[in-house]
Amino acid sequence: MTRLAAILFLALAPLAAMAEEVVAGLSQSRISISTNFDGSEILIFGAVKRESEIAAEPPLEVIITVQGPSRPISVRRKEKRLGIWVNTDSVEVDAAPSFYAVATSAPWDAVITDVEDLRHKVSIRRAIRSVGASITGSEDFTDALIRIREGESLYQTNIGAVTLDEDTLFSTSIRLPANLTEGDYSARFFLTRGGRVLDVHDTVIAVQKVGLERFLYNLAHQQPLIYGLLSLTIAIAAGWGASAVFRYIRN
Amino acid sequence: MQIYLPIAEVSVNAFLLLGLGGMVGVLSGMFGVGGGFLMTPLLFFIGIPPAVAVATEANQIVASSFSGVLAHLKRRTVDLRMGTVLLIGGLIGSAVGVQIFNALRAIGQVDLLVKLSYVVFLGIIGGLMFVESLNAIRKTRSGKTVTTRKRHNWVHNLPFKMKFRTSGLYISVIPPLVVGVLVGILAAIMGVGGGFVMVPAMIYLLGMPTKVVVGTSLFQIIFVTAFTTLLHATTNYTVDMVLAVLLLIGGVIGAQIGAVIGARLKAEQLRILLAILVLAVCGKLALDLLLMPGELYSLGAAAGH
Repeated sequence: MTRLAAILFLALAPLAAMAEEVVAGLSQSRISISTNFDGSEILIFGAVKRESEIAAEPPLEVIITVQGPSRPISVRRKEKRLGIWVNTDSVEVDAAPSFYAVATSAPWDAVITDVEDLRHKVSIRRAIRSVGASITGSEDFTDALIRIREGESLYQTNIGAVTLDEDTLFSTSIRLPANLTEGDYSARFFLTRGGRVLDVHDTVIAVQKVGLERFLYNLAHQQPLIYGLLSLTIAIAAGWGASAVFRYIRN
Repeated sequence: MQIYLPIAEVSVNAFLLLGLGGMVGVLSGMFGVGGGFLMTPLLFFIGIPPAVAVATEANQIVASSFSGVLAHLKRRTVDLRMGTVLLIGGLIGSAVGVQIFNALRAIGQVDLLVKLSYVVFLGIIGGLMFVESLNAIRKTRSGKTVTTRKRHNWVHNLPFKMKFRTSGLYISVIPPLVVGVLVGILAAIMGVGGGFVMVPAMIYLLGMPTKVVVGTSLFQIIFVTAFTTLLHATTNYTVDMVLAVLLLIGGVIGAQIGAVIGARLKAEQLRILLAILVLAVCGKLALDLLLMPGELYSLGAAAGH
């Protein structure tokens, strides 16, 4: 009986702590990569739903993350061999998100503790899973992965980019670059107080190639022979067309 | 106007691609080369993944060489028989080349191989052409006539002889087959038609008359690059049709303009300009390999997935 009570207590405990909940929205839940796609900016907003009075201390903070589909990736390092720079060592990162943006309402240390970060995998470094890295200094490889992707705006850390009004309404905007991978992107919302996560909410943004892009991509992967022949037909037709047109102009 | 390339998965400016296609087209029209050896490194520079650049460039060369060969067929300057022999070699070569390409892609060395081949071949061809055209200019200045004579070297003593009427040759089929295989391998690995290797080989190794060389080379390049395109499309899925079309449009227009400009310059001047251009591209790629890169790490698709 006491055991059952204990289980019940454990199950209910998070509910009691969840006095404040996230209600969230997105400016668009679907992003279409069409031929003229040049990146996109999504507005992410929401409100904090609560039954009780707003507690004054510690302050309420919000973290919003947007994560693209994860793919295994290999990170290679160049070394000088025989006078030229060649790829030598490589480390496989099991799951590296193709896109990762994290926005916070305050400096990092103030919004989340290291333990909570580890549990929820909020920071970029925690979101990347690198297993089976046998080479010493595989940390360098993870650093390099983050550095390269940050350089391409694929990984973003926007400290203080979430605006929080009256401890209730929050919003941020996240810029998605032009070289997006398609797939389901997940947007996560964390409410924290004193570095502890009070509530987590997530929602999905579907990123898809559409129209011509979709058609060509599918054709190339599902009917590669037909795609190849079609490419050749276009090339031959263009070559013939150009010579015919210019012969006509010259005459 | 930004355009998203479905296979390369990058967004690039459409006018930049049209301009690049046009610029390389002008050069190819002026110098009578396919222009693949310039276009592929240029595509690397603007951020197209090397595998996509190589495969797509092969597709574009099909168009430009088809356009060229039509003109040569009309002038009867295509040795179809020699072209077919070179082609058989070329197809074998490109099948081998795509296998090498895939094997190296899996171990992450494809960039190195492509760049090394570029440096080596551009260096050799550019250097030879530079020296040769300097000599030609010097000779025309001193007013001497260039004497040519039929040379008989070891090439002419091989078995399986065959008559090539258009070229006026009676030689073994082995050398053209070997040349074909080598050019096929290059076409697959470097994303080039191989004209810049094929043309000197036909003149100096096979002893073909210069007037049939370009047409015959173009004739077999169409088939080798078409085959390469198909192999890349079916094994690597790396042919980007949108990219190819944009480059094509610029390329075919540029080639016609280039042909007009080329007709107004002297042959030696043209060749020396081309040599300088080739050496410049070679130098840039060589520096990339020799100098310490700004970023030592690179990302690639995981092997074995």
